[in-house]
Amino acid sequence: MVWRIALFVSVLLLASCGDGNWNNPYPSADRLDNTFYSSFAKRPKHLDPARSYSSNEYQFIANIYTPPLQYHYLKRPYTLIPLAASGMPVVKYLDDAGKTLASDVDVKQIAFSEYTIKIRQGIQYQPHPAFAKDEAGNYRYHDLTDKQLEDVYTLADFEQTDSRELTADDYVYQIKRLAHPDLQSPILGIMSDYIVGLPELAKQLDAAYKKAKQASGTKKGIYLDLRGFDLAGVKAVDRYTYTIKIKGKYPQLIYWLNLPFFSPMPYEAIAFYAQAGLVEKNISLDWYPVGTGPYMLTVNNPNLQMVMERNPNYMDEYYPTEGEQGDAEAGLLVDAGKKIPFIDKINFSLEREGIPVWNKFLQGYYDASGISSDSFDQAINITTQGDAALTESMQEKGISLLTAVQTSSFYTGFNMKDPQLGGYSESARKLRRAIAIAVDYEEFISIFNNGRGVAAQGPLPPGLYGYRDGEQGINPYVYNWKNGRPQRKSLDEAKQLLKEAGYPNGLNPETGDKLVVNLDTADTGPDAKSRLDWWRKQFDKLNIELNIRSTDYNRFQDKMSNGSAQIFQWGWNADYPDPENFMFLLYGPNAKVGKNGENAANYDNPEFNKLFDVMKNMDNGPERLALIDKMVEVARQDSPWLWGFHPKAFSLQHSWYKNVKPNLMANNTLKYKRLDAALRAEKRQAWNKPVTWPLYTALLVFIIVVLPGVISYRRKEHGKGGKR
Amino acid sequence: MLTYILRRLMYAIPILIGVNLITFSLFFIVNTPDNIARMQLGVKNVTPAAIEKWKANHGYDKPLLFNKNNDGMAAFTDTIFYTKSVKLFVFDFGSSDEGRDISHDIQQRMWPSLAIAIPSLLVGLLVNITLAMLLAFFRGTYIDITGVIAGIFLISISALFYIIGGQYIMSKLWHLVPISGYSEGFSGFKFLILPVAIAIVGGVGSGTRWYRTIFLEEINKDYVRTARAKGLSEIGVLFRHVLKNAMIPILTGVVVIIPLLFMGSLLTESFFGIPGLGSYTIDAIHAQDFAIVRAMVFLGSVLYIIGLILTDISYTLVDPRIRLS
Repeated sequence: MVWRIALFVSVLLLASCGDGNWNNPYPSADRLDNTFYSSFAKRPKHLDPARSYSSNEYQFIANIYTPPLQYHYLKRPYTLIPLAASGMPVVKYLDDAGKTLASDVDVKQIAFSEYTIKIRQGIQYQPHPAFAKDEAGNYRYHDLTDKQLEDVYTLADFEQTDSRELTADDYVYQIKRLAHPDLQSPILGIMSDYIVGLPELAKQLDAAYKKAKQASGTKKGIYLDLRGFDLAGVKAVDRYTYTIKIKGKYPQLIYWLNLPFFSPMPYEAIAFYAQAGLVEKNISLDWYPVGTGPYMLTVNNPNLQMVMERNPNYMDEYYPTEGEQGDAEAGLLVDAGKKIPFIDKINFSLEREGIPVWNKFLQGYYDASGISSDSFDQAINITTQGDAALTESMQEKGISLLTAVQTSSFYTGFNMKDPQLGGYSESARKLRRAIAIAVDYEEFISIFNNGRGVAAQGPLPPGLYGYRDGEQGINPYVYNWKNGRPQRKSLDEAKQLLKEAGYPNGLNPETGDKLVVNLDTADTGPDAKSRLDWWRKQFDKLNIELNIRSTDYNRFQDKMSNGSAQIFQWGWNADYPDPENFMFLLYGPNAKVGKNGENAANYDNPEFNKLFDVMKNMDNGPERLALIDKMVEVARQDSPWLWGFHPKAFSLQHSWYKNVKPNLMANNTLKYKRLDAALRAEKRQAWNKPVTWPLYTALLVFIIVVLPGVISYRRKEHGKGGKR
Repeated sequence: MLTYILRRLMYAIPILIGVNLITFSLFFIVNTPDNIARMQLGVKNVTPAAIEKWKANHGYDKPLLFNKNNDGMAAFTDTIFYTKSVKLFVFDFGSSDEGRDISHDIQQRMWPSLAIAIPSLLVGLLVNITLAMLLAFFRGTYIDITGVIAGIFLISISALFYIIGGQYIMSKLWHLVPISGYSEGFSGFKFLILPVAIAIVGGVGSGTRWYRTIFLEEINKDYVRTARAKGLSEIGVLFRHVLKNAMIPILTGVVVIIPLLFMGSLLTESFFGIPGLGSYTIDAIHAQDFAIVRAMVFLGSVLYIIGLILTDISYTLVDPRIRLS
């Protein structure tokens, strides 16, 4: 029996270790496949383009759907170019009567803007059962019976698939979906402010949905055919052209047109997925996207892996022929003009922990990796000039490092409604500026972020229009320009400001008590203690006592909503590379308290608000730049935030992974990447030879340990007086 | 016996109602329906109207436990607690707050959990009992003392250390098995070796010591002396007599956990990338998905009750003196 089990286990072992690498997590037959291997840590919640709004979801759906526009892969500053559109949208301004206005007309006269978008002809959807028809021309799978559904567990279980051409109607359909009550699109609120007729459509759909729900008695299988509902501001002009009419002027709309929210959606897919039998089997659009992009999702098991394969129907698209300075030298234009995508298959595996990801990357089983804090010292050396360089062991493996400052800000805000720290008096400003000098963000980045970040000088992160670099970009209230770089002002200056603010040496002159301020944060857990101690020390430099009020994120949000926080920490990641997307975080009418906006500091400076109202609708140019400079100056003077820092992304890639350039705005960059699968197979083979001597040693040790026991047992059993 | 089982199942109903009420109360002390809606809708551009609409769509717009706007039974039935709980008792877990069918997810995810848990339990049991027998056989000798000390040493090490150490040595240094991953069928065997081995090694210290104590208690009884007097070999005495009589305490510990094997292990599954049920509840707590939390706690309670009933039944199988009535 024992021998049979041993034989069975040996057969299993041999069956599962096909090639020479026993630790290869992939089938050995795939070793030379043109497959990109990566990991994801958090399973995506939504893959429906009307619902999805997070980066861990966009890494999938941005490669599956084709909105009209996309960011140029190589050019900087970030530039929008057509994707499914045949050219950039044409904007027409209209007055109240619908009369066309000149393009340079005063913004106050513009009642509506109309964007006309032409799409490329001949684009086909990925093969999908929703399009399959029977001999009579009826959709084969739109009315599935229980019997037909018996053997269906995933989308791949449908035998027949088909495709059809992308039309302008599909874009119109998707914009209507933003108003669907069951989808709860996160941008319905903001788009309702702009797209003509969207709020009215939302009301109509709400009523129709309630009626359908009451009639059927369940949520499952309710299908509203949105083709029967009118959206006044969005129309298909012809098969390949549609228009979007918005209220007033909103130049930022074109940035939204590169997001999956504005992707095409075929009504056939909605009708197909609405069937109750499929809903019960978790086969939904939220799980199996239907797109016209370079890849299609073929395996969706977010607890294990997500696999995307090349869409055989993908349109003709080519690698960019131009980039920014230095791209050609970096080898980023070697594939210029070649048809994309280059990679056949993308395999994302779920890895909840950082250690397996890092080790698999070092073994060559992942093609690229970020760097966790635990692995930082193993990968990166910080030079005496503060630059990051790869360690020798990384260089020996041919790994390369790319860094990029992210278009994000992590800031610490003051509640401007707070009687002690808020307000716009000179003393309040001085108090906040004194704290801004004392809180040494350079030290924070160095200690807690391994140097991965740059201290912020204002609300705008690098890479956005209006951001200023060098001496002209420093915050003069906190920094001096010395030796070619910003240098934080001295603590003496901070103490002087504190004195001028009415708190000499951090004491309240009336009571003689130490100034006590409160920091509200959702930063909890074992790692938070050292960070929060650091914060206490920063305030202690000014003899101010910092009282930390840590709560869970729910309580924290409640405090922010009702304005009971005094100092708080938050962050913002750019939706699009326009300064409006950061300046609106300081816009009075967008305050958190009372207006439920994103201005968490409740900053409300009339001058800033006025400048924002003008700036937000302007096209980029010297006039807009001057306004942005003024706004930044006003905000710096008031100091409603400690401007915090902009994190720096570090990424590592193996030598066989080509055409890699950080693009922090685009999410559909996989199509530009290329692999040398033969080199990868060779390296994996060399790096992962099994070390078998420990197995033999273990066997020997086992024999040495067991043998005396066996001998002793035999003696006991057979020896004289051996039995007890 | 049937009457006994039915009676135990009837006892389970108030227990399950109680468990459900406690889960509900604990969850909603920490999270409000507004928090749940906010979590589902994302952090950007969430308006109060969107929150209200989400709550209405998902049935979170009702009072928690008592609806003062209704009279009679409706005051209790038109509440979040009732509407979200009653279907559990017919094992209709409904949909998660994300909209996915929970029963379907559980069915999919329990198999990988079992793929780790069953071999870990069976091989672990075999190893622990064998080693405990060995120590009992060599009781009082240097082998026994060394075994006891080694057992204490192994108990003292954290499970996380076994996992990280195992991955480092077996996969990173020696390249013998994949560091993490999972696949179905025979090709998936290589992914199971390390987690199962670690689960066995991690449990061998406590298991061996526990079983050794049980065997030593039995080994000095009269029937063992009689068996030896009959001329049986020591192996025969241990496996045919001592083990059989030590089964009740062993079954108490083992049978009760068999149904819970479905629930998986959070730590092992997280580090080895196993797509099991271990992380399902924790993910749901992080995502404030009450539908999954209540379903998993309910399922865990049901399985535990089944485990206790199975334990009682198993006593009758190993000890003919025991009768269930």
